[in-house]
Amino acid sequence: MSLQPPNAERQIWMFTQMVRIRTFEERVKRTFIDHPGVIRGHTHLADGAEASIVGSLSHFREGDAALATYRCHGYPLALGSDPKAMMAEIYGRADGLCKGLGGSMHLTDVKRGFLGTSGIVGAGIPHAAGAAWSAQIRRKGNVVLSFFGDGASKQGAFHETLNIASLWKLPVVFVMENNGYNVVTTTAQEDASAAAGEPLAVKAKAHAMPGVTVDGTDPLAVYQTVGEAIERARAGQGPTLVESKVYRLSAHGNIIAPPGVPLHYPEHEAITVFGKREEYEAALRGDPVPRFRGALVQNGILTAAKADEISSRVASEMQEAVTFALNSPFPKVESALKYNFA
Amino acid sequence: MAKMPYVAAIDAGIHQEMRRDPDVLYFGQNLATTENHEFVAAYGADRVRVTPISETAEIGIAIGAAMAGLRPVVELYMAEFMLVAMDQVVNEAPRFRYMSGGQVKVPLVLKAGYGFTCGWAGQHTGSLTALFMGVPGLKVVIPSTAADAKGLMATAIRDDNPVVYLHHYMLTLEQGEVPDGEYLVPFGKAEVRRAGGDVTVVATGWMVPRALAAAEMLAKEGISAEVIDPRTVAPLDLETILKSVDKTGRVVLVDQATRHASVTAMIAADIAEHRFKALKAPVVQVTAADTTIPYSEPLEAHVIPDEARIVAAVRAVLM
Repeated sequence: MSLQPPNAERQIWMFTQMVRIRTFEERVKRTFIDHPGVIRGHTHLADGAEASIVGSLSHFREGDAALATYRCHGYPLALGSDPKAMMAEIYGRADGLCKGLGGSMHLTDVKRGFLGTSGIVGAGIPHAAGAAWSAQIRRKGNVVLSFFGDGASKQGAFHETLNIASLWKLPVVFVMENNGYNVVTTTAQEDASAAAGEPLAVKAKAHAMPGVTVDGTDPLAVYQTVGEAIERARAGQGPTLVESKVYRLSAHGNIIAPPGVPLHYPEHEAITVFGKREEYEAALRGDPVPRFRGALVQNGILTAAKADEISSRVASEMQEAVTFALNSPFPKVESALKYNFA
Repeated sequence: MAKMPYVAAIDAGIHQEMRRDPDVLYFGQNLATTENHEFVAAYGADRVRVTPISETAEIGIAIGAAMAGLRPVVELYMAEFMLVAMDQVVNEAPRFRYMSGGQVKVPLVLKAGYGFTCGWAGQHTGSLTALFMGVPGLKVVIPSTAADAKGLMATAIRDDNPVVYLHHYMLTLEQGEVPDGEYLVPFGKAEVRRAGGDVTVVATGWMVPRALAAAEMLAKEGISAEVIDPRTVAPLDLETILKSVDKTGRVVLVDQATRHASVTAMIAADIAEHRFKALKAPVVQVTAADTTIPYSEPLEAHVIPDEARIVAAVRAVLM
């Protein structure tokens, strides 16, 4: 199977989505400083993974589904969710995507195929396979994308689900975003494949499905690799494990602190725990968003002026999201008891 | 009406719903391993599948299938096997509707047997109801008769929420009259199995026939016991229980679970809170001892409530 690369218009769309995700999350991060106390609990950013998210979701069709983890701001943006409703959710407001009941870790937008996000590592992988069972028996050629991190591949849920998905030839693509760190533990410290110098994609071998590793900072490479896996799944040939190598540019999440301590984002664990500033700075130099912008300008797909225009349009869009969310009221307290049962 | 064993009535409930709704799935370990299996033959391999021994994936797949619009029934065989996948049961299935602000439904049934106290020793005999009944978003069903086994299963499948359906292994071959055709038993409606005026006895599962046998013995002494079977503990029909307490003022609560994690403790607290003044004697709980279930027969019998202990408890509250 070979896939045509995305046309110029599609590449500009991809770049725009990457900028939207990055800018949205910059505003989330800035909220801790600009509006202390507005974001509660634990928030996780996808900066560094935008190319992987957008490259994967470029193939999304009506009726497809995606499921992800607590690091979930990027997917719904690429799928068309309203950033105002997303920001309002992260601020715990009535106009939130989930009415303020889920928050940053549990964004869901069923109308756009974003079915659910589990905050428990690996737990959402079987949910994606279940949605894929539904797609399989409805026979409309739909697929499900399951997004999770490298840490999840040490969970039983990962192995149990890959086994069944392969056995049943479910139309699902497992996209493992390997960002090199499970919170403050490096992959080589906790993963036998990594410790042996092997890619994490080799885990697919045990479950008799293709396992491929792709540069997750290159949206066109991800587009190609995930696109082929999706074609395979749509054709009834079963699942693929894609290891998408990214570098998380922020810390795992904001600091974990009891009430009274202002929350903020610390520096990346490569610096704070391992003292590897150079590793982190190299990752910053490879930041996928400016890199893709540079490539598009170099290839004549975008002019610098047009790229700036996109960035400035997105900046306004996300400013509106922040303003909207700050002005959205808190939900009525009665809604706390409204959604336990259907 | 047809006389059939409890186990056949459970299947009848699943058949009833699979026939009427093509979205109902049925799957689990060692289920449907040949094309002649009655459920595969009737509904096809799209909807009826055997799984590996992977409870986390089985229940997780059910959740995803449910979110995508299907109605899965997971055959788990033993309640203990749910413990392997406790995250999916407690912290996944009942959370998604809530966390999404009502965007998704998770209609699924986790079918599991419990309380197999006939020599299955420590790991296959538990009465684990209490682990599930306190979880917001989960419903917990405990049929004690063949008719309820069918009707509660059908209602569980039609319910738009995750339901833990706990059938009692000791009741598997108990015969009962089961209504023909479409039959549904509502959740949250207790059944008064025997009317009486002197004492209220509440029991679930296998303890229901034991409570009824005890009531029969007491009747011979002129004591009239009312035996109530809640049938579902989440939701719990407290109203029927409180109405009986108003009448009798005396209460014995019977549960095969260990005392410190029992349905009876919850009901006792509610009676104390709502009917303190109606009580003529302290509420007495007849539960399993707080112990792992022993293998050896006389020891096993010693730790599980029986008719004699129920009778003794009734006499105590009547004193």
